[in-house]
Amino acid sequence: MKILVPVKRVLDYNIKARAKADGSGVALAGLKMSLNPFDEIALEAAIRLKEAGQATEVVALSCGDAAVQEGLRTALALGADRALWVSSSEELQPLAVAKLLRAVVLREAPTLVICGKQAIDDDANQTGQMLAALLNWGQATNAAEIQLGEGRVDVVRETDGGTETLRLLLPAVITTDLRLNEPRYATLPNIMKARKKPIETLTPEELGVTVTPRLKTLRVQEPPQRPAGIKVDSVAALLARLKNEAKVI
Amino acid sequence: MENRILLVAELGSEGHLKSSIRSLLTAARSLEGEIDVLVWGGDTTFAVAEARRLPGIRRVLNGVGPTLADGLAEMLCALVQPLARQYTHILTAATVIGKNWMPRLAALEDVAMVSDIVGVESSDTFVRPIYAGSVWATVCCPEPLKLVTVRSTAFPGVEGEGADPVAVENLPCPEALPQSTRIAVHTHVQEGRPSLENARVVVSGGRGLGSAEHYEALLGPLADELNAALGASRAAVDLGYAPNDVQVGQTGKVVAPDLYIAIGISGAIQHLAGMQTSRVIVAINKDPDAPIFTVADYGLVGDLNVLVPELTAALQK
Repeated sequence: MKILVPVKRVLDYNIKARAKADGSGVALAGLKMSLNPFDEIALEAAIRLKEAGQATEVVALSCGDAAVQEGLRTALALGADRALWVSSSEELQPLAVAKLLRAVVLREAPTLVICGKQAIDDDANQTGQMLAALLNWGQATNAAEIQLGEGRVDVVRETDGGTETLRLLLPAVITTDLRLNEPRYATLPNIMKARKKPIETLTPEELGVTVTPRLKTLRVQEPPQRPAGIKVDSVAALLARLKNEAKVI
Repeated sequence: MENRILLVAELGSEGHLKSSIRSLLTAARSLEGEIDVLVWGGDTTFAVAEARRLPGIRRVLNGVGPTLADGLAEMLCALVQPLARQYTHILTAATVIGKNWMPRLAALEDVAMVSDIVGVESSDTFVRPIYAGSVWATVCCPEPLKLVTVRSTAFPGVEGEGADPVAVENLPCPEALPQSTRIAVHTHVQEGRPSLENARVVVSGGRGLGSAEHYEALLGPLADELNAALGASRAAVDLGYAPNDVQVGQTGKVVAPDLYIAIGISGAIQHLAGMQTSRVIVAINKDPDAPIFTVADYGLVGDLNVLVPELTAALQK
């Protein structure tokens, strides 16, 4: 059984994003980029299924310019068997990525696609669901637990009111939440080995997908800031402020 | 051309309309146009009656039946897709349910979708937080059908009721569940406190609590005293102090209560993304340099094991 894991290279989660001075976008030049944390969890889930003998191959895929190959190297170092790079210099929006993924799924015929539930740059939370729609597959978002069975997968999902368990017939799309697993770190020997592994290159044209952006970002700016608060020195002082000044209790 | 707007509501656990519908109405009013409200579920009796009295709407669409009870994405798409092109805009709340089905519908209709808006600039231009809310993007969506999820806390709910109940139109309920998907088990976490989304006060705990026992023993009495909902940082949930559905932050719930009390929470960007639009923020933390103090209106530096019981006791007086 083959598992496809799409990964995205994003601004490292420890770095606070800033708008460019002219408002045309987010300043990324010279900043550390990493794999999207939810995609690392997806990759870890796939690798564990392979280690448990339930999957035979883990294929990582990334879409974007040449820099995304760095994320694919990380995926290979973590344990992906193969890496596919869909090369494009366009701004790739979720619907376009979902269409690229669909085209790759039709070529690679994986039984399962495991994606991060959202990328922490655009926070869209759309691509996995869109892919499931385009393939007419079942979808389980926000996965906290994955149990593979014969021809099916049971997924515990994190919901607004607790959890629910979905039973999906395979093939299916799963998107990962935070508590599915704790991703491993790549070891140095594996990082070295990953550098030598081939990365297969595809293009949107080869895949027959038009990736022209549909949404237009008009500007990017800092959100309204909260005015600075004060420190109080006791519980009594806090309560007095909350009662008399903020009038909230 | 006048806009035709469909708001897709959600039901709470007792079958009543969730208050997020009133925030959707606020967002819809700034779009200007005729507004329909779609209610769906296994039993929509209460919710339809409540929806018919929402102010300023044209009619209520009622999707009711056993296949809709669990809110599967496939079923919601089957319900909404046949109507979709009658509308210029379809809005729903950016909840786990809304985020699940709406992107699926967008792909089926081949339109780009706009997630989690906090502002409406015009009928095709929306403001949405990106990068955990560190920056806001203003996005133009030129699609003829605009599919939008709305961050409810960013839109104060419309008040009041309409003079007369509006008409109801019953929709055909999708007949069969999808081949591919079944619900096996539903676990709803029941707690005797207000829900995080609706509470006027939220008491939230982080890593500084130290254990699940401390989390409940220290925060529970304080929350009860304030009739508050309990929340938690990602760290506290990861460490097992609190259940996943009370996580506040970029990837958990976004709340904006009148009063948010952050206890033992350092204030990672991801957490601030979920609470920094609260009206009043209080932080209690032993580290005077914790980033939470940069957003707190009132900060109290010290040992939470001493200060929280002291605060609870003072409130009881």
